[in-house]
Order: sequence, then structure tokens, then C-alpha cells
Amino acid sequence: MGYKAKFRVWRGDAGEGELKDYTVEVNEGEVVLDVIHRLQATEAPDLAVRWNCKAGKCGSCSAEINGRPRLMCMTRMSTFAEDETVTVTPMRTFPVIRDLVTDVSYNYEKAREIPAFDGGDVKPGEFRMQQVDVERSQEFRKCIECFLCNNTCHVIRDHEENKEHFSGPRFLMRVAELEMHPADVRDRRQIAQEDFGLGYCNITKCCTEVCPEHIKITDNALIPMKERVVGRRYDPLVWLGSKIGVVKRGKGTPKA
Amino acid sequence: MTQTTVDAPAKDRARIPARTLRTDRWWSYPLTTFIVFTAWVVYATVRSMMGSSFWVEKYHYLTPFYSPCVSKACPADAADFGRFVPDHLPFFIPYALISLPFLLGFRLTCYYYRKAYYRSFWLTPSACAVPDKSPVRKTPGGYSGETRFPLILQNVHRYFWAIAALISIVNTWDAINAFHGKDGGFGIGLGTIILWVNVILLWGYTLSCHSCRHVMGGRLKNFSKHPVRYWLWTQISRLNARHGQFALITLGTLALTDAYVALVAHGSFSDLRIFN
Amino acid sequence: MTDIERLQYDVVVIGAGGAGLRAAIEARLQGKKTAIISKSLFGKAHTVMAEGGAAAAMGNANPNDNWQVHFRDTMRGGKFLNSWRMAELHAKEAPDRIWELEAWGALFDRTKEGKISQRNFGGHEYPRLAHVGDRTGLELIRTCQQKIVALQQDDHAEFGDYEARLKVFAETTITRLLKDEQGRICGAFGYIRETGKFVVFEAPAVVLATGGIGKSFKVTSNSWEYTGDGHALALLAGASLINMEFVQFHPTGMVWPPSVKGILVTESVRGDGGVLKNSEGKRFMFDYIPDVFKDKYATSEEEADGWYDDPDNNRRPPELLPRDEVARAINSEVKAGRGSPHGGVFLDIASRLKPEQIIKRLPSMHHQFKELADVDITAEPMEVGPTCHYVMGGVEVDPDTGAALVPGLFAAGEVSGGMHGSNRLGGNSLSDLLVFGRRAGLGAAEYASATTVSVPESEVEAAVAEALEPYQRDTGENPYAVHQELQQTMNDLVGIIRREDELEQAIEALGKLRDRVKNVAVAPSAGATVKEGQGPAYHPGWHLALDLRNMMIVSECVARAALERQESRGGHTRDDYPKMSADWRKINLVCSLRDGVVELKRQEMEPMRGDLLSLFELDELKKYLTEGELPAEEKN
Repeated sequence: MGYKAKFRVWRGDAGEGELKDYTVEVNEGEVVLDVIHRLQATEAPDLAVRWNCKAGKCGSCSAEINGRPRLMCMTRMSTFAEDETVTVTPMRTFPVIRDLVTDVSYNYEKAREIPAFDGGDVKPGEFRMQQVDVERSQEFRKCIECFLCNNTCHVIRDHEENKEHFSGPRFLMRVAELEMHPADVRDRRQIAQEDFGLGYCNITKCCTEVCPEHIKITDNALIPMKERVVGRRYDPLVWLGSKIGVVKRGKGTPKA
Repeated sequence: MTQTTVDAPAKDRARIPARTLRTDRWWSYPLTTFIVFTAWVVYATVRSMMGSSFWVEKYHYLTPFYSPCVSKACPADAADFGRFVPDHLPFFIPYALISLPFLLGFRLTCYYYRKAYYRSFWLTPSACAVPDKSPVRKTPGGYSGETRFPLILQNVHRYFWAIAALISIVNTWDAINAFHGKDGGFGIGLGTIILWVNVILLWGYTLSCHSCRHVMGGRLKNFSKHPVRYWLWTQISRLNARHGQFALITLGTLALTDAYVALVAHGSFSDLRIFN
Repeated sequence: MTDIERLQYDVVVIGAGGAGLRAAIEARLQGKKTAIISKSLFGKAHTVMAEGGAAAAMGNANPNDNWQVHFRDTMRGGKFLNSWRMAELHAKEAPDRIWELEAWGALFDRTKEGKISQRNFGGHEYPRLAHVGDRTGLELIRTCQQKIVALQQDDHAEFGDYEARLKVFAETTITRLLKDEQGRICGAFGYIRETGKFVVFEAPAVVLATGGIGKSFKVTSNSWEYTGDGHALALLAGASLINMEFVQFHPTGMVWPPSVKGILVTESVRGDGGVLKNSEGKRFMFDYIPDVFKDKYATSEEEADGWYDDPDNNRRPPELLPRDEVARAINSEVKAGRGSPHGGVFLDIASRLKPEQIIKRLPSMHHQFKELADVDITAEPMEVGPTCHYVMGGVEVDPDTGAALVPGLFAAGEVSGGMHGSNRLGGNSLSDLLVFGRRAGLGAAEYASATTVSVPESEVEAAVAEALEPYQRDTGENPYAVHQELQQTMNDLVGIIRREDELEQAIEALGKLRDRVKNVAVAPSAGATVKEGQGPAYHPGWHLALDLRNMMIVSECVARAALERQESRGGHTRDDYPKMSADWRKINLVCSLRDGVVELKRQEMEPMRGDLLSLFELDELKKYLTEGELPAEEKN
């Protein structure tokens, strides 16, 4: 039933570190996080790992397993061969604190720049929304903020300097969520492009590929958002219409 | 300003020497795409400049690579939309010069193809969690995505879509014409069926377009106030989930349809007739 | 010690789950400078695990619903041991709290008229739970999180600093509440996980919102944070805990594979038609309807099945009995040898709904079983069994303000006691967080306006010394091993069914464990340098060593109170005293600490106000109350 698995875990802090080899027991039905916990309880009590719910609902235990961005709690050991070495490293896009724990404050800073929901003059209790109107944004609100999408996105993963002007798929999706929210009255199309860097996205879909909630980030959030931005900024007919006064473009909401 | 801690020390990313620790065959998708696309482009270029074997007079089969055929060099029955372009132009000007650039533009700016060629030709990135390999990757600010010329032009995709939809009507007209028998009346052959399969899939590709999805209903904030457009949006959303598949399949059917028409026109074999 | 960072706030909220965030929002709205201390990252708190919904008598699904009905359900669910004032406030204010979330951007599922849809849940007479599929807790926490961001954006516009009046300290753990010479709260002491540095928050008002104690048990649905921190901090600061013997075992946790044992299977599965079956294929819940509920639950499968579509003419299926009843029933079936292969029973939704309906209504359950257990719930039944889920007991508070007995200390959410009596109804937790989170935030803000404090140096020194203790021992116990033993002890001896001899055994075992906890040692990380006067950076062994103190204190309270209460009621089942006793109903068991030793005393409950009492039929009251407590006019 149980077997000894070969693990390689990145250990270190402040950027410096190395992949350390371990041999550790694995039992039936276990996930990678169980094995990491066993390492903690036995040979590496100081092994730093971030986790909470262990059920794929909180998005804390993000890491890279055999080079692929994954949640450790949702990666079953049965997906690996028994003689396969399992390599676990911290997310590469964010600075490392220690071992498998990274500093994800970039994400919280980006979240703060997006103008919040504004329901206009409607009083609490008086909102009336149809199910078909809330469903699009509900998909995006499934997000557990594991930040694997932002970790995978090459725009910042491979180009650190873009962090300044690119919010990553997670927060571009948040913009889309608010734009599609049936009761929201703001217009964030202008800032989506100018401040949050939607134009940097080249829709290579890695965010969608790694999303543990299976949210169709690219097809349902980023591309529709790009199309909305086109309507606001790049559509020659809209531009012409606004010049001759047939189309009113309104003022976009500035970033918060 | 960091939210995580007070007084946190400056930190670096984990320095892991390996470019990627992926152990799967991540390179197979970009490699396959590269080979398929390159082969297709070579084939399509050669065929559209060939200026021959594009029309089967007997059964009125016109290959999509020459539709609409608007050169004075086109046979009269193949040119339902007029022959207003002089012949004796340089060889690289195709007979269907009013449609091919737009079809090329439609596919080049298509969201699916963008993903495919950014991954396979640009290598930005070639696979998820594999580093960018584009030539500009090392210059700071070297990656600007679709924010600058020329890639900012990707934003006009919806106009290419509109024109592509018109061209799909032309292709449909060609398929209707292909119900042409030996005696000049109604007839069906294998070629007719191939043309129809091709045009139906072309419609699938055109209607599943992300811009189409936006225009039909995606741009609305409240679906419930626009039931018809909501219905359209849901139908297109279903197709849209298979947009990439349509994009690839239609590459295949286009080449196949063209090859079939070319071979029959050239007389390599005769069309398999089902009726008349 | 002078290099320890000191930060001044008006209100410090410990805990960043639903209650903590709601309290912080309220304190900030009152203009107070507020800190939120979060043990994990912002937005990861255990509230995200709540699935079913938030109970509020909005009457959207059934217009007959109102606060009085909700109040009655809550009291019945808690077997009349609830703080009736809290149950009243909760039932009255829950709708406003839900509507408020909507105004902050929450997107609940809708009814046809465009109102918030409400679903059925165990113990609730009408469909009452506002929900978003089966991820309502995530919606609640994300909405509060985003409201906090919105308030920070307002401050940024006004002061140029997002954190001018509201700041989140992520991955920061409080190990001590600080008190001044007058015995008032003057702040809190803790460490920052990332650096290991200590930090002192100077504040007149502290709101505890730290959640529960599940990590003291082996099989639990709770996350690692649930180590009873707030319960222990309150005791150490001189406050008291009530009702600690009442621990809710959720009837349906996953039982297989072992690594996910305990993870919750939402009650919505049953609310949407799922049924419990034993290994013989029998719907056994019909055999377990207790007398007090006899006239409210269906006695045949036909009637039970009819209820989903026609609730007015059919009684409810017994699968929707309150959680304690269902958990005990499952326990009995397994003990009688009619369990499933891995020691649970079968929960079947596959034969009751079409696959696409299951995926639509229970998406995260479908996902959870698919990914974690490789089970397709649209095709086969789930295996489920009881799991430690919630503690009804907690800090004794004033119902209206959330104030504890120590001046300056407030508590809200799971860490506070009284609201749910002996058993919490599903869905009442999320609304509890919002109602009492807001009230505690308000109470703390008011108190802070009239109080200034300063932190005595000696308090800080003692806290530093205590925090560094495990780190400075060269040899000693492995904290992980001690923790596992504690969990095993609590699970085996203070679990779902309790007996006097086992509880005595547990108290003895806990006494021994207490000595071992005092001897826990943690080695520094290899290669890491730790400065004098601070802890190690991100060292999980050290963190666990500090949490162990809290788990120990809380476990002792649970065990002692469980031994004392000689009856069975709600989340406390005594094999040797299987009956509910009206005399015991009047009694709260109150825990406090004296010189580090847990003390227990009995405290008579305040009689229910007449107008609330009159909401019940006399016949029903007779099942719960003593002769002397029954309404006077009806006795004649």
C-alpha cells in the first residue's frame, strides 16, 4: 500500500537555496501536501509551507510541482509513478520568503488599485438582478486567489519590470467581473488598458490552463474585456462617431 | 506599502538554475503547431498563386482559394461576382485578391491563432511556466505585448470578422453552385459534399469568433433586458468553446477542398458522382 | 526590548474571517483607526470553507418567513440553551446584513423576481439560506475583503495612504492580550510570521474573532488556524468561556481517502434531495426522529420526497434534522455494523437528481470528490461520517455589544458563546458572523472613544519570554508528536459520544500532555540566523509549539465541562445520561483560569423574556422547560 517516494524540495531563503533530496513515505490516497506535512513532522520540522484548508478552497498552498504551477493539496500522489522524483519549488514569479513560501503582496497591491463596486443610488435590499445577469460575474467570483495565474503569466514571470504596469490575469478578471456586474455603474475600460495593462496580455491562455477552479479566464474574462476596450478605444467607427457627436463615450473611472 | 508585513526585508525570487522543471513533453504542442502552420502557409501560397486547376467547369466546383474569382482570367461561370481585375498582373497577385487578404487578416488577428503563433513562432511563451524565448526577452521593457504597433492592430479583429462573414456568404454561393450536373441541371458529386462540409465548418469558425460573441450579446451588461441577443450569445458561446477546434479543422478542410478541386480540375481523377 | 515595534490603534481585531472583517469594517465606519490581525493571508480564513449559505428571514422564497420563525428555529436547534437575546438580535438583523453585502458587490443566486434566492437547510422551517452555489462563505469573505479595500481606497483619496485608518496585518499571530494596571485591555502582543519579529499593538479595544477549536480533534473539517487562540487568549486575560462542552460534529464529512478524512460535505446535498443510506440500502434516518421533533418530520419516504416540491402539505425529510441528531444516527449505524466500507454511511444524490442538476447546484462538491477522492457524485454515492466542525461554546459576552467580562475585550463569531446554545443550525453561522461582527465592532468603537491606555513594559517582557521559551530549550518534545497525541485523545475520549470514565481518563491524559507541552522544544532552521529578542522567520515548528498552549487550555475546558454536564443535549451526548434534563437547561457551565488552572462553575441562565416565550406553544415549552419556568398565565 504505502511506498517510499523520492522528493526534491527547494529549501532556502532570500533567494539563496537549493533543491534538497528526501525519501519519504507515501500512503494510499495522499496528496503532495500530505507528504510535505510528513516531512515537517519527521525530518524537517522547520520546512516552511503555507496552507490552510487542504481542500482546494482557500488557495494558500500554491507551488510548482515538477515545474507546473499547482495547488499542493489538489495534486494527488497517484498521478506520479512510484519511482518518479517529485520536485516541489516555490512559485517563481514572486519573491521567496522561505522554502515554499513566497511573498505575494504584489497581488494585494494590485487589488487595491481597482475601483471598487459602485451600486449607484440603489439602497440595500432593493437590488433586483436576474440569474442570467449574475452568472458571468459569479464564475469569476469562484476565484480562490491562489495567484497561480499571476505566477504563470509570462508577462510578469519573465519580465519583472512589467509588474509595475500589469495587474495579471487575476485582477484583469476582477475588472471584467465588475464590468459585467449587472448593478455596477462605473466604467473601468480605460484604466483596464492604461493602468492595469490589459494590452500586455497575449492570450496564450496559461492562466486558464493552471486555474484550479477551472475558470475560463481567457475566454470569458480577458478576451471579452479586450473586446470591450476595443469598443471604447480602438474601434474606428466609434472614434468617428464620437468625433461627429453621434456616439457619447462618457468619462472612464480613474484608478483608485 | 506592503500588506503582508511590517518592516519586511527586501526579497528575491528563488534562484532555481533550471529553465523549467517540467518533465512532460511540453514542447510537442508548439512544435506540432509550427510544423502544421508552416506547411499550410506554403501550400496555400503556392496554390493561390498558381493560377490554374481551380475550377471544374463540368460540375461548377470552385476552390475557396479562388473565391470570389474576380480576375479577367477567370472563366465566366466561375466569376459570378464580376471580373473587374485585369489579367497579366504579376504572378503573386491571386485571382481572389479581394478576399484572401481579409481572410488572412481574420485568421492572423483571431484570438485562437494569436495564442497558437505566439506560442509556436514567437515563443512568448512556448508553454506555460517555460520562459519566453523571444529575441527581445532580455531587454528591459522588451516585452510590450499588444500595446504597440504593429501588434496593437490585433484590436481590429471585429472588422476582419465582419468581412470574413461576407466572404462566407460567397463561399456558400459557391457551394450552392456546385449542385451542377453533367447536363447542366441539378447534380451532386463528392466534390459538392466536400464543398458543403467545408463551408459549414467555415461558418462554424466564423460564428464562433470571440468578436462575434461580443457583438451579438457579450457587450451587454444586462442579458435579461435583451432576450434575443442573450439567446444568440448563449448559442455562440457554445460554439466559441470550440473556436480553436474550428480554426484547426477548417485549415484542414480548406486544404482538402482545394486539393480535391485541383486534382479533379487537373484531370488526375474524375469526380465521384452521386446524381447526375 | 526597546526595539520591538509598537503600533497604536483604536481598535484591534484579531481574526480576519467573516466576523473579524465585519467588525473591522464597522469600527472603521465609526471613524476608528483599526488593525486587522490575520493568522494567514488576507482572504484565506476558514470562512471560505462555509458552503451552504447564510440564514436570514428575508421571506424571498416563502413569504411566511419572518424573524419570529427564525428565532424559534434557532432556539429549537440549540435546545433552548441559547442566549435568547442573541438569538433574537440575530434573527432580526440577519436580513439587513445580507442586503448590505449585496450593496458591497456580492452576487447571490437569484429568484425569478430577481431577489436573493433562499435554500432549505436542516432545522430551518422555510427555505432561508442566501447562497451562491455551494461556495457562500467564499462570497462572504471576498465581499468583506473587497469592502475593506474600498474603504482603504476612500482613505487613499483622503489621506494619500491606503492604510491610514484600516490596515491588515497578514500572517501575524497574537500570543497574548496585554492588560494595564487597572485590569483593562491595553493591547495585544504577537509575532510576524515572515520575519519572526515581535510586535505590540497598543489599543484600548480588542475584538476577538479567531474562530473555533477544531484542530484539537483528529477528524475535523477545520483548517490549521483553528487552534482555539481566541478562547485561550480570553481566558488568559481573565475573561470566561461558556458552553464549552457543546462541540458540533457535522454529520457529513469525507471519510476516504485518509488524507482528506474530515473535510466537509455540505448539508446542501441533503437540502437538495440527497439521502442517507446504510450498507443495507435502507434510508435509516426515519428510525432516528427524536420525540421533540416527532410532529415536524416525515415518517414515510413518500411524504419526505413530496416535501421538496410541496413543503406546505408534507413534513420534512428526517435527513434534515438538526446536525446533532443526524451525526448521532450515523454514529449508531456504523457502530451497529451497517456502515460503508471505510467506516461511514452512504450519502446518495446520484439517484435523486440528474447529473447536470448536481453539477449546477453543487459544483464545488462535485469538484471536491472528483479531485480528492476520484469519486463522481453524479454516478455513485459518497461515503460520509461525522467530523468535528464547530464549537458552540466560547467567550461569554454581552449580547448587544459583544463585550466580554474584561473591560476592552470584545468577541464575535465562533469564538463567542451563547448564540447557538447546545447546537448550531446550518446557515446560522455566516449570519452570526455578520450580525455580531458588526455589533462587536460598534461596541469596540464606542468603548475606544472613551478610553486611553498605555502598555506596561512588564507585560511585553513576559510575553516575549513566553514566546521564545520553546525556541530556547535545547532538547524536549517534538511539537508535532504532542499535537497528534492531543488530537487522538480528544477524538477518542471527548468525541461525539461521551462517558464519565472516558472523560476522567481524558482529563488525566490532558494533565500529562500539559506537562509535555511545557517541555516542547524547537530547533532553529539550518543556516538561519535569528537576532536576539525575536523569533525565527517562518518556522512552522515554532508556530505549532505556541499554538499548543491554546489547544491544551481549550481542550481542558471542553473535557471538564463535558464531565460536569450530566445530560445529553445538542452537541453534548452522554452515553451514561442519555436524556435531556430541564433542570440542566437552566445552567451554563462557565470556564475560567485561575493561576493557570481551569476552573468550572455553574451559572443560572436569565429567564427568557415573556414576549419571546409567547412565540412558542405551551406544549413545546413543556418539552424543554421546568414547571417553574412555564409562562404564568398559561399554567392556570
